[in-house]
Formats: sequence, C-alpha cells, structure tokens
Amino acid sequence: MAGYIVKRLLQVIPVFLGTTFLIFVVVYALPGDPIAALGGGKQHLSPSVYNELRQRYNLDDPLLVQYGKYMLNLFQGNFGTDFQGHEVSAIIARNWPTSILLGTTAWAMQVVVGIPLGIWAALNRGRFPDHLVGIVTTLAFAVPVFVVAYVSQILFGVQLKWFPVAGVSAGWPIAFIVPAAALAIMGLAATARLTRSSLIENLGSDYVRTAIAKGIPRRQVIMNHAMRNSLIPVVTYLGIEFGALMGGAIIIEGIFNLPGLGNQIFLAIGQQNGPTVVGISTLLVIVFLVVNLIVDVLYAYLDPRIRHA
Amino acid sequence: MPETVSAPRTEAIVTAAPRRKLSFALLRRPGFTIPAVVVLLFLVISVVPAPFASLFGNGDPRECDLMYSGMPPSSGHPFGFDVQGCDLYANVIYGARPSITIAILVTFSTMLIAIVLGLLSGFYGGWFDNVLGRITDVFYGFPFMVAAIVILTAIGVRNILTVCVTLAIFSWPTQTRVMRSNVMSVKHMEYVRAARALGASNGRLMRKHILPNAVQPVIVLSSLSVGGIIAGEAGLTYLGVGLQAPAISWGLQLNTAQNYFNSHPHLLIFPSLFLCVTVLAFVILGDTVRDILDPKVRK
Amino acid sequence: MSEALLTIEGLNVSFGGRDQPKIRAVRDVSFTVGRGECVVVLGESGSGKSVTAQSILGLHDPRSTSIEADRLELDGEDLRSSDLNRVRGSRIAMVFQDALSALNPVHRVGQQIAESLRVHRGLSKRQAEERAVELMRAMQIPDPEQRARNYPHQLSGGMRQRIMIAMALALEPELLIADEPTTALDVTVQLQILELLRTMCRERGMSLLMITHDVGVAAEMADRIVVMYAGKVVEVGSVREILKQPKHPYTRGLLGSVPRTDLTSLPTPIPGGLPDPRRIPEGCVFAPRCELAEARCFSEQPEMQHGATGRELACHLERVDGSDGGRDE
Repeated sequence: MAGYIVKRLLQVIPVFLGTTFLIFVVVYALPGDPIAALGGGKQHLSPSVYNELRQRYNLDDPLLVQYGKYMLNLFQGNFGTDFQGHEVSAIIARNWPTSILLGTTAWAMQVVVGIPLGIWAALNRGRFPDHLVGIVTTLAFAVPVFVVAYVSQILFGVQLKWFPVAGVSAGWPIAFIVPAAALAIMGLAATARLTRSSLIENLGSDYVRTAIAKGIPRRQVIMNHAMRNSLIPVVTYLGIEFGALMGGAIIIEGIFNLPGLGNQIFLAIGQQNGPTVVGISTLLVIVFLVVNLIVDVLYAYLDPRIRHA
Repeated sequence: MPETVSAPRTEAIVTAAPRRKLSFALLRRPGFTIPAVVVLLFLVISVVPAPFASLFGNGDPRECDLMYSGMPPSSGHPFGFDVQGCDLYANVIYGARPSITIAILVTFSTMLIAIVLGLLSGFYGGWFDNVLGRITDVFYGFPFMVAAIVILTAIGVRNILTVCVTLAIFSWPTQTRVMRSNVMSVKHMEYVRAARALGASNGRLMRKHILPNAVQPVIVLSSLSVGGIIAGEAGLTYLGVGLQAPAISWGLQLNTAQNYFNSHPHLLIFPSLFLCVTVLAFVILGDTVRDILDPKVRK
Repeated sequence: MSEALLTIEGLNVSFGGRDQPKIRAVRDVSFTVGRGECVVVLGESGSGKSVTAQSILGLHDPRSTSIEADRLELDGEDLRSSDLNRVRGSRIAMVFQDALSALNPVHRVGQQIAESLRVHRGLSKRQAEERAVELMRAMQIPDPEQRARNYPHQLSGGMRQRIMIAMALALEPELLIADEPTTALDVTVQLQILELLRTMCRERGMSLLMITHDVGVAAEMADRIVVMYAGKVVEVGSVREILKQPKHPYTRGLLGSVPRTDLTSLPTPIPGGLPDPRRIPEGCVFAPRCELAEARCFSEQPEMQHGATGRELACHLERVDGSDGGRDE
C-alpha cells in the first residue's frame, strides 16, 4: 500500500510541472504589455518605474527562468504579488472560503441526493422510479448551468423571494443553497446515473447470485455485497468532482455575485493580471492533483484487487 | 479434456444475429427517431435559416427598430423583440448555425485526433505512448473553464474557429485515452495475431483489423459529448470570451439577456429553450446509441 | 433406486418480457435426485442444463423469467411455496463454474464462508470465522488461517473452487448443486476438485446434482446421467447404460465426439448447431441434426418412454427397452 502511494506520488510530479508550466506560458503569452496596462493603457509611468516593475516581475528573463523563479517562490509558500501590488496569497485567503463553502455545499447535495436517487432507480429497474430518474437526469444534462442558475435566481430569489437574489450577506447556508443547487445539478445527475448503472451491473453479477444461493436475505445481499462494489466507481467520480468544485465556479459565482475564487480569476484574466491568474490556477492544479491522489488511495482501499496489484 | 465440438458454432450464430439488425433496432426506438428528427431539423435550419426565419413574415434578424426594444411577443413576432428592437424569433433561428457548426467541427476533429493518436499510441506503445500519456495527464489537470478563458483571451480573436480550437483542446484527451485502451485490448485478440502471422503489415493490421473493432466506444462517447460541446460554447460566449457581436448566437443572446431578465424575461426564455432542446436531442441520441451498441447496458 | 430427495416434474422456464421475444430455455423437464445419489445433467452449452439448476433455487430474475412446474419438491416439500431463503444454502447449496467471479472481490474469503454460518446459524463473527477455517482445512487448503484472510484474486483457480465448496458445505446441505465446477480449471486441478466433491458427498451422505458438458466428468462422477438437448431431456439412465448403450442419436453423437486418448478412433463432431431458442423445431428437437431422422421426426414430438430400470428415452426411432443399439423397424 505504501509503495503504491509513493508510486502515484512520483507520477504526479511531472504532471504538476507540465500543467503549471503550460499555464505560465499561456498566461504570459497574453497580448499586450501588462505593465503598460497598469497605467490604464496609456504609458505615463516614468521609464525608471517601468523598468523597475518589469524587473520585479522578472518579465525580462526568458520564460523558463521566470517559471523557475516562480516555482522556487511557490515552494516557500509564496504565490507572489499581482500587478497592483496585492499579495496573491491574500487574494486567495480572502476569496477561497466562499468557493469552498459553495463547492462543499454543492458536493454534499450530489452525495446526499445523487446516490439515493441512483439506488432507488436501480432497485426499481424498468419501473416508474427508474424512468423518472432517467428523464430527470437527462434534462439535467441538457440544460446548461447558466440557464439553470438564471431560472432559479428569477424563480426563488426574484419571484418567490425564498432566498436572496445574490450576494453572501445572508451567510451560510441560506445564501448558498440556490447557487450550490445550480452548481450541483449536472454532477448530481451524473452521480445518480453512475450509481444506477453500477448497482444494476453488480446486482446481476455472479457473486450476488452466489450470495442469493447462500440464502442471505435480500436486504443484506444488497447492502453487504452489491452496494460496496457498486460504490467504487461512484466514489472515484465524486472524489474528482470534489476537486473540481473546490476551485470555484466562474459562471455561478458571477451570476449570484459570490466573492469566490472563480469570480476573482475571471476578473484577473480580464485585467491581464498574470500573477493572480497563474497563482490561482496553480492552486487549482494542486488541489486537483492532491484530490486525485486521495481518490486513488481511497480506490485502492475500497478495491483490494488494486491494492495488491 | 474432452469437449463437445459444436459449442463455438452456436455462439457464432447467437452473436451474429443482433448485429445485422442494428439499423432496424435504431429506427424502431422512439428514443432514437424523435431526437434524430430534431437534430436533423436544426441541421437544416443552420444550413438554410432564411425560409425558417421568415415563417412569420419578419425573417431578417438585422432589421431592427429601437422603438420596439424589448417588446413582448406580438402578431408576426412570436418571440417578441430584443433590446435592439430586432425580431427575436429570426435571431434565435439564425443563432442555431454557430452552435451546430461548432458541435460538428469539434466532435469530428476531436474524434479524428483521438482515433489517430489512440491508434498509434495503443499499437506501438513505447516512448510515444508514454509522452502522449503524460500530455493527456497534463490536460486532465487543467480546470477547463479557467484554461479556456485564458486561451481565448490570449488568442484575442474570437470567432467560430478559435472557439472550436479551444473546445477541441480539452476534448481530445478523454477520447484518446478511451481509443488507446480499446486498441490495447483488441491488439491481443486472436484474429489480430492470426492476421499478423499471415504476414499483414502494421498499417494493414491497424486499418483492417484493429480500427474497426476498437472505434465503437469512441463513437459512442463522441455522440454523448455533443450536447456538452454546445453548452460549452454557449457558456464561453455567455461569459464574453466566445463569439462576439455582431455574430448571432444563442450564447450572445443569453449574454445580453442577463442584464434585462427582470424586465424582459422572454429574452432569456426563447434562446435558452432552443439551446436546451438542441442539447437534449443530442444527449438522448447519444444515450440511445450507447444503449444499443453497449450490450452491458442493454441487458 | 433410493428414495427421491429432489423431484422435478414438468419444469418449464422461459425468459423475455413484453417487448422481447419469449425464449423457452427449458421445456417439460422431469427427473429426480435420490438421497446420496449423484446425478449428472449432461449437454452442450445452451442446452438449458444450467437454467434448470438455477431455477431449483429460484436464482433467475423473477421479472424476466417465468418458471412453471408440476412438481418442484425437496423431500416432499414444495420449493415454490416455501421461503427459499431457508432452503438456499442450508438445505440446497450451490457451487458455480467461475469461482473468481462468483466470489465477492472485496470481501476476504474467510468472511464469505462465515457469512452463511452467521446468517443461518446465528454464530458470532468469531465462531463463524473459526468454523470457516476448519472448513477450509477439511477442503485440504494448506495454511487455512492465512488463506482465510486473502481476497479471491490472491488465490489460485483450484484454491478458489475449494473455497466455493467450503462455502457450500458450511451448513451441511442435503443437496449440492455443482454447475460446471471444474470447467474453468486445469486438467490436473479438475481431477482433485472432482475427487474432493466425491469424498465430501460420501462422507456426509449428501446428494449431488452436477451440471457438465464434459462426458469425462460425467463418467467419473455420475450414478445416473440426464442428457439434455435444446431445453429438453432426451435420455436418462444409469452411468453404465448411458455410456455403454447410448440409445438417443444425440447421446451417441455426444459420446462419439469425445477424443480418445488411445487414438483408436477420431472424434466425430455432430454436424450443425443448436436450434435458435426462439424458433424451436416442431417435432423432435434433434431432428435437424440427426442423421437418422425420418419424416415424423420433423412433425411429431417424441413421447418420453419409461423403461423398466428407470431408463427414459425420447426418440421415435428407438425403444427404451429394445435390444442394444438395434433400430426398431
């Protein structure tokens, strides 16, 4: 097991370097001179200030050197400063909690609603609940997230006034329920479908037949035998989904005016604020890779065939 | 150990039968025919929008009069007017073209890339496979939205082509992986070994023996992802980094609508309705194709 | 013949629901298994032998399967009206063909043996696991304490099949159904497993209903053989009668297609294949492949003939009590 973790850890390193370098290249390939953009597009910075700024952000070094310097700082926990002189880590510290709250709430909805829906459909295969879940999840796949967000904002915020229209002043949970639901819906549908198909497959498996032939009561067959195996792919999916949700949601945070990481990075891209974009993206990549690693370990724990491979 | 000799023949009979009837099986399913008709309709609309747009007498999407800005549906204008005072119905009809074009371009280019790269990397293995594997890993690590926005901002030019390229950049890795693993499993099949033993060249092996047997899951996956591509384009455009005015697209219409949704809800409703129906048709179509082609789900 | 433990009479099993064509997998099958007897159901794949075995314990999905029978009894008790979960495992146990897929991949094998003991006998976790280790030792599994903590994929094929048998025997059932228990194994391991099954049956006075397509296995194990073809029983007799004097053309074909190690005769395959289960021939099911078939074989179903020694035969061309191999004309 320990060997397995070390192996996966070693595989992560090149992926981490490759991904962050690519982000770096693309962001600093953004057209225009970011320092010039600081002065509102017109260059009225004195040449000395201008040169000092270019030097501070290592903009005159070759890209690879810039990247190397950035990584060295990163390993000391330093995400750098943006072109307005704000610490990127401070921006992250200020905006991440909102994204984490939003993401965790959405993820919890996927787990609490998605899995039972899938189980319900699988245990009633071919009957009404199965068809209902099938139709609802298909619709959930088809309606783009911003349409869901707008419609629910109009319905629950503007018309019914059950929830705030936007903003976080009402606090958790009340301000987060509608945006989290809108954010959750597609992953929820995927969770339900995956649970359903996985459980159906396992209910028809040979070892479930063996358990039935042993005279194990149906409930126990489902819980002890079919469920454990069925949840392996679901756990994998939900794990990766968790990593994705942690990174903030650009569209949802924009529509509901939530001051999260997604909102921040969207603003930063518009302002060509390279350090912020790179900093937040790098954080997102780290989160993604760490979550993936945890999922892999969890997967090995759930499935002994992987553990001993 | 002794075994009855006729068993394999029976299996051959049993497996051969359903394959022949696949096209009929598709046509008999309402899950296929209904969305297929919808998709076909949108395809025709996107090629020749004019006759559809002028169904109600006002077919020019660029004939606008600010006097009518945001007016609700009226006679001859079933969807009302947008904020510029243009006929919304004509605009929604013309808006189908970019969505459908992007869906087709991205799906086919992704499929082509995935098939070629997956075939080569699965067949030859070695360093090519390793490098390609790491590259797909890198693309998996990206947060899609962030990366897409950065790329589109970096390119600066926003049109159908750049949006297509951006979407394709993030679609090919998944499909390439699927193709590669299929090729790897087919490569070791008896009939491939037999063909190799009979002296077939690598190129012939890949084209005649491996490709036809490994390509099906990629086709299924492609048909399932068309809906996501359309929604992805609309999302990027909606955020202001996709298509730009004066282009006509559902994403742009929704982008404008977000500022007026309270006073003029029809601006939001009609484009999103068309968008949802299109995506829904592709999703159901993909689902049905998968159900029929994948015997594990079919059972 | 000893008193019947399991009685099957007029068993019909069909699959398929509203939108699918109905497949009649088993038609009008009748046979008995006596106490302490080993009955082998012999037939090629697709002949309905596994379906028959599984329908005894009601293992098919009831929504897509219909099972009808005049009698389906264990020791006089109707299996269809009794609570099957009290019969399954404790009175009738089952061993499946592919132990790797028939064992739950995420549970330790010791636990899987112990599970029946806990459910049916109410043993504590510890008692049940100790008993599981004892059972594994009885199955000649070396180092059973260690092995009990393994997962199925960590064991060899033969070892897994021993685990399956230990699991089946945990509750000392009266009848063991073994569905192709050795097909997935190497030849040498096959013989060991067959030997183990035979010893266990003899020691415990247990009846065995074994399903196989393998004439060699049938010859090794059977007291009586039931030959099935395309969902029907075509011939029943003692192992001697069937192997020495096969009467049904299909049985003869089956025996003729066995390669002999002494190479005195080459195996002759039966021409053709099983009929499509959705389009079963009107007359004798074997007629399309039968070299001797006459006109009435294609139009009329042969009645089951019951012979004096308990032998049964469904063929227009042969008399069940007729002289050896001679055609009755």
